[in-house]
Amino acid sequence: MDTFLYMAGGLAVLSTVLVIASTSAVPALLYFIVSLLSNALIFYLFGAPFAAVLEVIIYAGAIMVLFIFVMMMLNLGSEAKRQERGWLQPRGWIGPVLLAAVLLGEIFFVLYRQDLPGGVAGVVGAKQVGMALFGPYFIAVELASLLLLAGLVGACHLAGKASEGEEKGEKRP
Amino acid sequence: MNAASGQFGLLLAAVLFCLGMVGVLVRRNVIFILLSIEIMLNAAGLAFVTAGALWRQPDGQVMFIFILAMAAAEVSLGLAIVVRLFYRFKTVDVDAAARMRG
Repeated sequence: MDTFLYMAGGLAVLSTVLVIASTSAVPALLYFIVSLLSNALIFYLFGAPFAAVLEVIIYAGAIMVLFIFVMMMLNLGSEAKRQERGWLQPRGWIGPVLLAAVLLGEIFFVLYRQDLPGGVAGVVGAKQVGMALFGPYFIAVELASLLLLAGLVGACHLAGKASEGEEKGEKRP
Repeated sequence: MNAASGQFGLLLAAVLFCLGMVGVLVRRNVIFILLSIEIMLNAAGLAFVTAGALWRQPDGQVMFIFILAMAAAEVSLGLAIVVRLFYRFKTVDVDAAARMRG
């Protein structure tokens, strides 16, 4: 099991280095998704399956979709079509796909060997997390919901109507 | 979960955090800066989950969930600011917005 852990950790570091060294945005996002998936595998091996699932659903799902959505919004114009054709070339996605394939093989091995991560008593499942979340951390949950509401209101305000100068697209000195 | 893998997890979190910090300091593209901030938050979450797994308590995962909520709020605000920045300056280079008007 330690071998899988070290492999996933090395994969996370490698893909993160490729994220911050990448020149174009879409391959960087793909490498970052690989990094998040290997992080999720590490969580699973640490006996935290609920955190692993949340990592995949919220980080690699929702937050990355936001990033991709904004990048598609910013890429309007004549450049966009040529750029998208470039993204479909194999050299854009072959690296992340290979790294993700390594991760996939790793999780198949882990599931096949039926290693209970962290020993029998080591798994902290969703039930315990929920009991803690709505027990002693109840106030913090309310504060987190307020924070999300504030983020929603702020994003609505910021992305709302543009002011005078911006609509004409003039550059301010 | 033994002490060696706990040490490995904390070390990995430190390395990932440093990589995210290098990304914030080096890159000038605002999308990459936001991505690097996400890397740093994720590394902090990894440290929390590792510590929680070491003590076999759910508190680490609880803190990870709070970090997740905070990251979602932060990234929605940050990307709204990116959209405004792009519409005003027609670029995603943060140095274009180095001066305030006031």
